[in-house]
Amino acid sequence: MSWIDRLRRRVTRSQPWRAIFRVGVPTDDRKRALAVLGNVVLHLHPIKVKRSGIRLSYTWCMGGTAFFLFLVLTVTGILLMFYYRPTVEHAYADIVDLREVAAFGVLRELHRWGAHAMVIAVWLHMFRVFMTGSYKPPREFNWNVGVVLLVLTLLLSFTGYLLPWDQLAIWAVTVGSNMASATPFLGHEGPGSELLSLGGTPLIHVGSDARFALIGGRTIAGGTLNRFYVLHCLAIPFIAAWLIAVHFWRVRKDGGISGPM
Amino acid sequence: MDSIKGLIDLAASPPVAFTLSIVVFFTLFRSRWPWTRGGGLTMLGVGVAGLVFGLSDDELRRRVAEPDNLPIVGLVFVVGFFVWLAMSKAWANDEATERGDPTLEESERDDRVLTWPDLVFVELIAAILLTVALVVWSLLVPAPLEGPANPALAPNPSKAPWYFVGLQELLVYFDPWLAGVVIPGLIVFGLLAIPYMDRNPRGNGYYTFRERRPEILLFLFGFLVLWCQLIVVGTFVRGPNWSFYGPFESWEPARVAGTATISLSEALWVRLLGVGLPGSWLLRELPGLLVVGLWFVGLPVLALRSPWLREQRERLGRVRFHTVVFLVAVMGLLPLKMYARWLFHLQDIVHLPELLLSL
Repeated sequence: MSWIDRLRRRVTRSQPWRAIFRVGVPTDDRKRALAVLGNVVLHLHPIKVKRSGIRLSYTWCMGGTAFFLFLVLTVTGILLMFYYRPTVEHAYADIVDLREVAAFGVLRELHRWGAHAMVIAVWLHMFRVFMTGSYKPPREFNWNVGVVLLVLTLLLSFTGYLLPWDQLAIWAVTVGSNMASATPFLGHEGPGSELLSLGGTPLIHVGSDARFALIGGRTIAGGTLNRFYVLHCLAIPFIAAWLIAVHFWRVRKDGGISGPM
Repeated sequence: MDSIKGLIDLAASPPVAFTLSIVVFFTLFRSRWPWTRGGGLTMLGVGVAGLVFGLSDDELRRRVAEPDNLPIVGLVFVVGFFVWLAMSKAWANDEATERGDPTLEESERDDRVLTWPDLVFVELIAAILLTVALVVWSLLVPAPLEGPANPALAPNPSKAPWYFVGLQELLVYFDPWLAGVVIPGLIVFGLLAIPYMDRNPRGNGYYTFRERRPEILLFLFGFLVLWCQLIVVGTFVRGPNWSFYGPFESWEPARVAGTATISLSEALWVRLLGVGLPGSWLLRELPGLLVVGLWFVGLPVLALRSPWLREQRERLGRVRFHTVVFLVAVMGLLPLKMYARWLFHLQDIVHLPELLLSL
């Protein structure tokens, strides 16, 4: 026995090692099952999956791609938060510095292209699920969770769009958020909004309508930037992460990614 | 060369392009050939040739190369590829069923593999490949960054983020409360309702076209013709003042916004009858309200003359059936209003500034 083998033996039989890795190298089917069961991340999978579930031409790996990009965006997003300050005074300059000064000058590129790719991946995932009829019983509810995740993906992308605080950002968000003022009843330019009044005083006006709630002011300004920052970095990712967990759990509980139970 | 470009510019104008896309959509999905390997390669060839030809033009190359427009070029090819993949697998399965063989997925229904290592390692390899692709993309193309935000200086055109550009394009034909709020809301509602409206037990867990033809055609018409196409239109052929510019046309000088439009009430009372607009808004807009009412109520009644649709109503029950019919009617409102606008310059079927409501 060479010294390497002896060393490996010593390490893998030590108490700390066995405390972390309960099963050891999965060399038989029992240990392979235990490896999945004993790991908090892996146990989102069942022990066994249908062969079509790992066939790339069947799944296109699009749900996995969307999830992986979500993780990439979380990591790069946290790193970006070390540099970026969401104020009118600093935001734009910080974004410029991220390219010119900060180490690993591609952080923002990874984040932005990853975000675009995630939007497309989520659409294609939905398309694949539709084409394989995977929303049919017993998976109706999980399709619903998926649709909500699709909306959250778009909202994440939309709120993030404002943060560079350049011309592209502010005007794209202007176009998008102006729509909220046309909300029926709740937008000041929306049909029926004039009906909501109290003793002749309109309840819905430019300082109280749906658009005001969305952008935190009458115009897109520092308040909007702060609001979108919190939505983008905290509120929406929190809800999305929770729903992703539900989504995966239901895939498992509903008997795999598709097909009758 | 210039005559070809002129022809493409003509074909890219919204009325022609939209009509063409509907014709192409139904031609493709009626036939088998596009979903064979030869058909797929031919379509890919046409796409790549079109891209190469387009990139040879300075004007179009500038527009395509704008960093945030790149994902849309990618979208066209990626969505095209996966539609082809899904349809070719569906046809292959349908032909197997016709021969009396099981589909690919059914033949391995009871074939299960261990998550570790079979699935976990596929996931690992996919993650590595994706990381490489994303890093290369990020090193090659810098993320877009324009001048610092200036609330006093609106760019022309101001465009929404690319995934909402299709909805922005709808603003040409619909009031903001519809294009920006109600239609997106109904899209989400329709998507949520799919599993409860579709009671067809077949096609669960395998690709098929023949067993789910109406569902797939409806979904893909919405996804490809109405959603993706409008994004492409809004991105590549809409310039200053949201006017139409052919792919090879310069944005300078800028065209003035749109053509003069007319509301149905004006067309009827003033132009046709010559009596002037009635004082009461109810009377004035009654014809428009009737048209809308006919579309949403008369259409289902008319449709139920078809035995196939009556059978669907029996199968689905009234609530499900009429939800589907309502959503299809909303979907149909899009092309209807587009053609009304193009052919008759008709903008509002119902024009009620009194209630801030136009449709």
